[in-house]
Amino acid sequence: MATIQGATGEWEMVIGLEVHAQVTSEAKLFSGAATAFGAEPNTQVSLVDAAMPGMLPVINEQAVAQAVRTGLGLKAKINLTSVFDRKNYFYPDLPQGYQISQFTQPIVGKGVVTLDMPGGERREIGITRLHLEQDAGKSLHDQHPTQTYVDLNRSGIALMEIVSDPDIRSPEEAGVYLRKLRAILRYLGTCDGNMDEGSMRADVNVSMRRPGEDYGTRCEIKNVNSVRFVQQAIEYEAQRQVDILEDGGTIVQETRLFDSNKGTTRTMRTKEDSHDYRYFPDPDLLPLTLTQDYVDEIAKSLPELPDEKKARFVSEFSLPEDDAGVLVAERERAEYFEAVAQGRNAKLAANWVVRDLVGALNKAGRGISETPVSAEALGGLLDLLSDDTISGRIAKDVFEEMFATGKVAAEIVEEKGLKQVTDTGAIESVIDEVLDENTGKVAEYKDGKEKLFGFFVGQVMKKSGGKANPKIVNEILRGKLGD
Amino acid sequence: MPLDKATVAHIAKLARIEIGDADLEALTGELSGILKWIEQLSEVDTEGVEPMTSAVQMTLRRRADKVTDGNCRDKVLANVPVDADGFFAVPKVVE
Repeated sequence: MATIQGATGEWEMVIGLEVHAQVTSEAKLFSGAATAFGAEPNTQVSLVDAAMPGMLPVINEQAVAQAVRTGLGLKAKINLTSVFDRKNYFYPDLPQGYQISQFTQPIVGKGVVTLDMPGGERREIGITRLHLEQDAGKSLHDQHPTQTYVDLNRSGIALMEIVSDPDIRSPEEAGVYLRKLRAILRYLGTCDGNMDEGSMRADVNVSMRRPGEDYGTRCEIKNVNSVRFVQQAIEYEAQRQVDILEDGGTIVQETRLFDSNKGTTRTMRTKEDSHDYRYFPDPDLLPLTLTQDYVDEIAKSLPELPDEKKARFVSEFSLPEDDAGVLVAERERAEYFEAVAQGRNAKLAANWVVRDLVGALNKAGRGISETPVSAEALGGLLDLLSDDTISGRIAKDVFEEMFATGKVAAEIVEEKGLKQVTDTGAIESVIDEVLDENTGKVAEYKDGKEKLFGFFVGQVMKKSGGKANPKIVNEILRGKLGD
Repeated sequence: MPLDKATVAHIAKLARIEIGDADLEALTGELSGILKWIEQLSEVDTEGVEPMTSAVQMTLRRRADKVTDGNCRDKVLANVPVDADGFFAVPKVVE
């Protein structure tokens, strides 16, 4: 819980998020036009999407299935009867003059998302509802000095609006919630979660209250399109409200815009009557009815979700919670780990994936799907490590080389002659050299300065180029030094 | 439910219909009359009767998730007053 300390006492943040997630589908919610990103303006528009007179909407069965799937993934109640309503307002990128949405009877009811906070705390954020609705077109304001250009390619694309309860208490929690929700949607394959392309946007509701008291008046910050911006917007908005309240003022309930350049929020030019949407059931669409069998069929096809996968990694492979959390954060990452762990030491595999692979990918600014080291290749490296072909230190070097060149471990080890030396004769001669060169230190050691043992090991490893088997080095050294 | 003039003016504005003060009085009377007429329906006892959503016995028709439409920009833009490189163009609306 994040509180803001004001001159008159503490203030607590109350945050709720409305996430608009684009449904992964080929065609739009009520028309057969394509949904692909980046097409030429107005080329993915049917006469239905352009709201030509007489055109009628016909619902896309995949969008319905995806909404149900998402609802099940959010452990939510699926409503077997839901209704589409018209939300009426005028804007140039809304050709119908209304958005087809769901108001009083959404397809999905109450659910929950569990957050694992850094530090181990577990928080449950309630889901109020999920409903299906149409996206609007896109307005471009910077193409012409006196005109706004409108592209309707997005018009009519299926969105899921996922509304959280006002259970979020800090910008950090908002960030964890958004990432978790995005992970769940990606696991389910119902939204690609790509915030850059607008596939996921959030409206952020913020209010402040004295801890334990009733909710205060909220402001809604519209259309924030990255996790970082959501957090910045909350920080700014919370402080702005506290400043007003501390001065004895009152918060006006309003819609605000986030300015990502300045990190501030400002009042949206108040569209008069903008909240007078006059919802009513869309007479072009009958209620959407589902059978329990239909829902059960979809439930059966659900993949293992992040929470379950994490629990399994902890119990099946005895991984630490934190490592398991890192592994399941992305579906591809979890699958990668399982491929590496298959038939190998799972803890070792987890260590390499979490520390070395994810570390290197983050440093290179790449996602797991762009890894130059495949799961099979990393497995190959671990095999060489496990059968003592190479030492742990060499393995790190080989991994770096694999990451840089995409070569497999065996090839690099062969090329560079990195095989671990287990030939006791060869190791012994290196040890003899080291001891000969350091007669003074040998004498000190024998006088009781036992810490020097590590020095000798280090020298031998260095001389062997890291290739000497450390266990054998230890054994022979102890013998030679008369332990 | 009789309407007052302010409500009628508000409804007209929401619908983007311009109504002069001169017409407001008459329209208020007409709209109130229509509402009153429809309100007679509430005299019927519908206790325990499922709401009727359609006059025909059918369920919502669904389409397969296939791209079967679009790619008809010329048709979509056929009525635009100005050609703006494939966009619709409207007087600038900036927040």
